[in-house]
Amino acid sequence: MALPSYTETRYRIWHYIYIAICTFVFFFLIAPLFVIFPLSFNAEEFLVFSEGMKNLDPDAFSLRWYKDMIYGTKNPWGLAAKNSFIIAIFATIGSIILGTLAALGLSSRHMPYKGLIMATLISPMIVPLIISGVAIFFFMAKAGLAATHTGIVLAHIILGTPFVVITVTATLSGFDHSVTRAAASLGSNPVNTFMKITLPLILPGVISGGLFAFVTSFDEVVVVLFLAGLENTTIPIQMWTGLREQLSPTILAVATCLILLSTLILVTAELLRRRSERLRGINR
Amino acid sequence: MSSETKQILTTDGIPLEVSLKKAEKKNKIKAFLLVAPLLLFLVITYIFPIGDMFMRSVDDRMVTNMLPKTFKAMEKWENLDELPPEEVYRGFYEDYKLLAENQQHGKLGQRLNKEKNGFNTITKKLFRQIKRKKIDESASLKEQINKLHKRWRDVEYWQAIKRTAPPYTASKYLKGMDMYFAADGSIAQVDEDRRIHRILWLRTLEIAFFVTLFCFFMGYPIAHLLATLPMKYSNLLMICVLLPFWTSLLVRTASWMILLQQQGIVNDFFVMIGLVADDNRPEMMYNKVGTYVAMTQILLPFMVLPLYSVMKTISPSLMRAGKSLGGTPFVAFWKVYFPLTIPGIGAGCLLVFILAIGYYITPALVGGASGTLISNQIAFHMKTTLDWSFASAMGLMLLTGVLVIYWIYNKLVGVDNIKLG
Repeated sequence: MALPSYTETRYRIWHYIYIAICTFVFFFLIAPLFVIFPLSFNAEEFLVFSEGMKNLDPDAFSLRWYKDMIYGTKNPWGLAAKNSFIIAIFATIGSIILGTLAALGLSSRHMPYKGLIMATLISPMIVPLIISGVAIFFFMAKAGLAATHTGIVLAHIILGTPFVVITVTATLSGFDHSVTRAAASLGSNPVNTFMKITLPLILPGVISGGLFAFVTSFDEVVVVLFLAGLENTTIPIQMWTGLREQLSPTILAVATCLILLSTLILVTAELLRRRSERLRGINR
Repeated sequence: MSSETKQILTTDGIPLEVSLKKAEKKNKIKAFLLVAPLLLFLVITYIFPIGDMFMRSVDDRMVTNMLPKTFKAMEKWENLDELPPEEVYRGFYEDYKLLAENQQHGKLGQRLNKEKNGFNTITKKLFRQIKRKKIDESASLKEQINKLHKRWRDVEYWQAIKRTAPPYTASKYLKGMDMYFAADGSIAQVDEDRRIHRILWLRTLEIAFFVTLFCFFMGYPIAHLLATLPMKYSNLLMICVLLPFWTSLLVRTASWMILLQQQGIVNDFFVMIGLVADDNRPEMMYNKVGTYVAMTQILLPFMVLPLYSVMKTISPSLMRAGKSLGGTPFVAFWKVYFPLTIPGIGAGCLLVFILAIGYYITPALVGGASGTLISNQIAFHMKTTLDWSFASAMGLMLLTGVLVIYWIYNKLVGVDNIKLG
């Protein structure tokens, strides 16, 4: 971003203001996440930096809140984590299967009423969550699935599929259909063609859609609050309750773990995106 | 030119046109079958329940089913300013007696009490008389019931019963806008000091609007920087946008709760630079400030990502061309670059606005009383008062608003421009 030497002074000033604004915004975006990190190692019970921490005194830091998170007697984090992972994994599998099939159909140029069907399929993404929550709750209550894992998994499939549909449709938009025809002309049946030719090519799109679905389910709190009973508590529900009642450092330990998880997901998603672009021959 | 001579046949002897149509139809069915499972699943678990919400929001069949004879008799009640005829009293008495036998009379009393205050008392009085068998069914019921309480002699109470006759009602929608059906059936406003819902609607719109505005003014420069920097730098900076995007909403809200508390870092910083006195730290959480700050940071990635994907496609030579043709950098930016980014602006603003208008978690945690939005009210009625029909009505009003915005956006920019990451 070096300025050419002939730039007038006032544009030079503007340029520095622009850089300053950008720096501030980037800081605003990322800094809050880093506050949690050191505070979760606080030896004391308060959510402020103690004098010891400011002086980098080793005694001011401890792992007690992590121990509390894992071994704490009254802590529901173990159950919540187990539930969250089970629900998110099943919801992701369901979203991937339904979403990929639908995206394959939608990308066909023979698909009738494409616009209307696409709008229906991605509607859970556009409708405010609270409304989805109310509607899904009514269905689950009628179907007798409220306060069951099955109900929550189904609800999260509803919320997760639009992401899979969008990412896979986008991947398929650059897809060369002559390769599937070539496979068919060489005697491969449609299922075989899909497994051996189409799926490997669209896999990055499928997985990144799956990641969206996983994160959606793993972070989702509005719908779960309507649906979950005591047995189905998830990490977001526990955090929500904890944040409402009192902010304890244990929550920060959990939050740190969640930030690490999201970093992992971010790296995976980025690698996949690059691979997908390379496979589809998009030059950058 | 006759078609017979021109007709091309396939090797099977079928006209080509027919054969092609057949193949086309087969492909259509194939494509549709792939979509069908998800479509069916969503229609059953999602689209129908939204329809169910509508039915619940207008459903008022409870009283209609409880007082069939009353409403049948009321058809003959002509002069509505006078007390109804004996048949209506008899119908009501018989209906009520049946309800009392089935232990359903309490529900009716509560429901009628909502329509007009004071019903609960007088229906309970009637119930006691029926239980003690003090009412002589062979004599005039009108006289006996009227004697029970002076309210039974007030025609307004009978009018209130009549108003509950239609099986469907829009009253929940009116309540959502702080209006109600007055005694004569016209629409009236509730008292000024009780208009809570209108305040909430306005506040929701206000917060969604300003959050969108803040996100735009903060997101535009950094999207521009990301799109113009060389790849190796921009990839690094992109992490600053993507990491919050992938991080749990509750984690980000928690970090703002720590930052904004009175002994928090932001306040520490203000004290350090001498902006505020140490003993006079401003309250930045549990009010609108907290809601604005936290929501802006949480929704900012949704503004940056669509803007970035649009800006990435704009060739830098366009700006150079604009400048070389005599435009100052500002003119070149405003006349060349900015118009090209409008699809991105549209997509970003739509996403942020729609997400903000339905926000629930963050305002509930950092907003305090003045940060409650319409979604909080819906959740409150779903979980606490259990007035599901009212929650449904407000939800559908919100949904209508969102769909209108979506429709306008589609007309102006086109929905196909939405991209993720």
